[in-house]
Amino acid sequence: MISLQNLTLAIHGTPILADVSFEIPQGQISGLVGESGSGKSMTALALMQLLPQGSVVGGRITVEGADIFTLSESEMCALRGNEISMIFQEPMTALNPVQTIGAQVAETLFIHGKASKSEAAKIARQMLDRVGLPADRFPSSRYPHELSGGQRQRVCIAMAIALRPKLLIADEPTTALDVTTQAQILDLLQELVAEENMSLLLITHDLAVVAGMADHVAVMRRGELVEQGPTEQLFKTMTHPYTKQLFEASSHQPDRVGDAQGIPILEVKNAIREYAAPRTKLFHRPAPFRAVNNVSFTLMRGESLGLVGESGCGKSTLTRAILGLDPLQGGEIRLSGEPVLAGEHMPTSLRKKVQIVFQDPYGSFNPRHKVQRLVMEPFHLTQAPENSRDHVAEALETVGMEADAMDRYIFEFSGGQRQRIAIARALVLHPDLIVLDEAVSALDVSIRAQILDLLADLQTRLGLSYLFISHDLTVVRAITDRVLVMKAGEIVEQGSTEQVFTAPKHPYTQQLLDAAPVIPADWQETKHA
Amino acid sequence: MRLPVQLITGTILTGFFVVTVALSFFWTPHDVTILTIADKLQTPSGKYWLGTDHFGRDMFSMLMVGARTSIAVAIVAVGIGMGVGVPLGLMAAANRGSLLDEVIMRGNDLVFAFPSLVIAILITAVFGPSALNAILAIGIFNIPVFARVTRGAALSIWTLDYILAARTCGKRALRISVEHILPNIANLLIVQGTIQFSLGILAEAGLSYVGLGAQPPTPSWGRMLADAQTYIYSDARLAFLPGIAIVLMVLGLNLMGDGLRDFLDPRIRRER
Amino acid sequence: MIRFTATRLLSLSLSLLMASAVVFAVVEVIPGDPASYMLGLNAAPEAIIALRNELGLNGSLWTRYAGWVTGMMTGDFGTSYTYRVPVSDLIAQRLWVSLPLALFALLLSMLIAFPVGLIAAARRGKPSDYAIMGITQLGIAVPNFWFAMLLVLVFAINLQWFNAGGFAGWENGLLTGLKSLTLPAIALALPQASILARVMRSSLLETLTQDYIRTARAKGLSRAQTLRRHALRNAMIPVLTIIGLQFSFLIAGGIIIENVFYLPGLGRLIFQAITQRDLVVVESVVMLLVFAVIIVTFLVDIAYAAVDPRLRSGR
Repeated sequence: MISLQNLTLAIHGTPILADVSFEIPQGQISGLVGESGSGKSMTALALMQLLPQGSVVGGRITVEGADIFTLSESEMCALRGNEISMIFQEPMTALNPVQTIGAQVAETLFIHGKASKSEAAKIARQMLDRVGLPADRFPSSRYPHELSGGQRQRVCIAMAIALRPKLLIADEPTTALDVTTQAQILDLLQELVAEENMSLLLITHDLAVVAGMADHVAVMRRGELVEQGPTEQLFKTMTHPYTKQLFEASSHQPDRVGDAQGIPILEVKNAIREYAAPRTKLFHRPAPFRAVNNVSFTLMRGESLGLVGESGCGKSTLTRAILGLDPLQGGEIRLSGEPVLAGEHMPTSLRKKVQIVFQDPYGSFNPRHKVQRLVMEPFHLTQAPENSRDHVAEALETVGMEADAMDRYIFEFSGGQRQRIAIARALVLHPDLIVLDEAVSALDVSIRAQILDLLADLQTRLGLSYLFISHDLTVVRAITDRVLVMKAGEIVEQGSTEQVFTAPKHPYTQQLLDAAPVIPADWQETKHA
Repeated sequence: MRLPVQLITGTILTGFFVVTVALSFFWTPHDVTILTIADKLQTPSGKYWLGTDHFGRDMFSMLMVGARTSIAVAIVAVGIGMGVGVPLGLMAAANRGSLLDEVIMRGNDLVFAFPSLVIAILITAVFGPSALNAILAIGIFNIPVFARVTRGAALSIWTLDYILAARTCGKRALRISVEHILPNIANLLIVQGTIQFSLGILAEAGLSYVGLGAQPPTPSWGRMLADAQTYIYSDARLAFLPGIAIVLMVLGLNLMGDGLRDFLDPRIRRER
Repeated sequence: MIRFTATRLLSLSLSLLMASAVVFAVVEVIPGDPASYMLGLNAAPEAIIALRNELGLNGSLWTRYAGWVTGMMTGDFGTSYTYRVPVSDLIAQRLWVSLPLALFALLLSMLIAFPVGLIAAARRGKPSDYAIMGITQLGIAVPNFWFAMLLVLVFAINLQWFNAGGFAGWENGLLTGLKSLTLPAIALALPQASILARVMRSSLLETLTQDYIRTARAKGLSRAQTLRRHALRNAMIPVLTIIGLQFSFLIAGGIIIENVFYLPGLGRLIFQAITQRDLVVVESVVMLLVFAVIIVTFLVDIAYAAVDPRLRSGR
């Protein structure tokens, strides 16, 4: 039994956690849910005593009755990886790139003096087998860069459970992973908890993930624990307004009616996009890699079309071709009937018909320009009108921002505000088509709900067409009329969103839908009642 | 926000030398072009603040005018390096993976194989010694340095979404490079510039010392040290003074560079 | 790894070929007629013709270049015009001073820099860190040849522990030879060590912010263990780059410092050759120096791959 009692934390004087108390019972899964900045990761780091410099903690954290704040650093070292382990969000960078996976797992064992070097290597091998990395395909001599993100997260898990700790802390363990990989990792974690009688503290922003996994849930906001309880009970009652708000935002359905008119705006016919594959032999040029293979679809005016697929399926490559940034090797793309050409061959009159909104609200803007100049950038295609300030003001007001935002720099705005500005930039030329490339994926659920509302509203008001690219099935379901499912460069299924989600035909679509974590339907019913 | 101590110290030191150089154009305590053999190797006095050299020239005035040579050579050499290297680096980054990129980077590697001293040797062997050689040699050596730094930094900016946004607005590589890339790597280039400036001062001193740089009678710190070597048994002062001048100048530039880097780097600034 | 080495070797030979073309162009093409350049303004026409024949200047540019390159590959660098001996003999003799000096200095600078950088990183923000950063800041600013003069002043003139200059020769024993190279090597090494130690420190500190360091700490490694077992090897990657770059400064520094200590090395040889307009010697020595830089770049590349498995399999 591990318990946190009145945990407080301040870093360089800034309060981060206030009075956080909860218990992690042995052999069960405890979920810790919150949006970014809620303090959930800091709570985990406090448990590990790996807080950043300048941290001042208060309260108690006890492991089997012993207060860990009274332990010395070397006693803490003996505890970490042994009694309490942790895995992190970003498996791509969590492993040492210059050591083999076997050595890194074995290190947990012999650093705690639990095994000799050769024994440690043997046990490490068993652990890798245990987490689903069999020796024939994943020998211990592999290096991290030879593994995918999901496989690396498995290595991290093997490392963390090698000494059968009492508690495993998993901080957003699947956030960086694709939905099918996420399901596999979550299954593995669940299985380990059951078989090893281990406790798991699962930290996530995703309510659906905890709904499917946790025995208990605690909800955090701004460093405070607002509500906690057994999972099902908590979901059904939701006594705290913030929990309700979070819940509603995460399954938010903006009010919209599809208004597809019979005029095709974007036509993709047998599009093929190939890359030169890296050379493996000196004098042998390998066959090119086909990232987009024979893709065809049509997007109608006023329609919102979803494009769903996991990372590496070719959706970004396809997007770049649609935007006229990269040439096709076969087939064609037409925008309002005119062919899209790559690079400088594309006439500006055509370019101004399509604009894009990106995922990362931080990388989307040149930090050295003011908002006015940023939003005006598309005018490069037309020639800036004389009253360009008015145009910018209008665009900003359309997306719910104050017009005087234009005289400020981008770093003065939050992620959600930046995404609004990005939409304003896309709108300023009144394009026919807006490509939304994971446009809400980096946002917290409550902000995401607001942006989805805005997008739905803009579509109704301005008659826009959307190509909505996302890996997030819930969001795609909420905002699109029709959906394309892409896998390995091909569209494997397309149809009306409702039809694809309720009666998927292709096995891959079924697999995707099965893998997506959902909150049980009867829990939701209660809430609406 | 607090200014870093390094930046202040560095700027004061550098400023001191810049002012000295500016002053040397109008006034020096004594005329360094006139040799007063009768006053040779005098110790510091009211007349000669730092004494005189083996030709009876005032050391203080020599150091003032010598700073001119050092700074002039270093500035022009950094100018050459930036003027050629930065556009090359931007071009290579804009055409990543293309033949042009490959050619530029290969050319870079090639120039990197020639240390500035070797370039100076080659030039001097063929054209004879002059101060211009030092400028050219250090300048050519700076080109791949700036090209590489520019390319590396530009490549990381090219991957950002706002570049993609600019491209969907029909902006071409040249315009994007000037409007979006250059302003965002300017900090890095300024810092690299101060580093190369201080390396240039050191290199110029070395080249003049072995006779590949400024030629007599042009006073330069390196030449003064070469002359001092003959008198090292009798009058070590002649060897101390120019050396200390070089150290202070380079120290000032390095401190300023480090300070600027910390000051301009938003990552570090936020932690402050 | 074999393929990696092979491709690097290919690019090494390519660099050498291009570099030789550059040197050839500067020395033998730009001056117009090297023979009349070497003999000066008042040379008799017959003497110029004789030298042209001797240097083989009557062939086409291509045959001359090809002859020069193939000659170098077989160890034939031509004959020095002033010394009247094969350049290869001259170089071999001088190399016995310059090469040990460069290696001595390189070794010394690494021996100083690694522990110092490590200590500074491990004690970040403590007085020892500030002291190291201050001293190295000064170390970078000191011109090595001036530092050499100061060393002569203190250890040769005042304390008389070493000779002020000259080379005792290896034939009088290894220690005697090393002793004559000690002051020059220290003068070369200390400024280099200052840079290297600072790079080592910042690279270690940068590495310590990486995610896998946090993973290692979560495993139960102490700070010191994390530094030793995980940060060190990863931090070596940028340090290797600097060692490679430093070598080019070391070569230049060595040539200059040979002048301070009157060492009979390549530096002295090349300066005499410049004064005597002995272009054959100049181009050979320059080529040798460039060759050394390119070889070191190659070795650094190989060392990268040894440190970083990602490079071994990739590209």
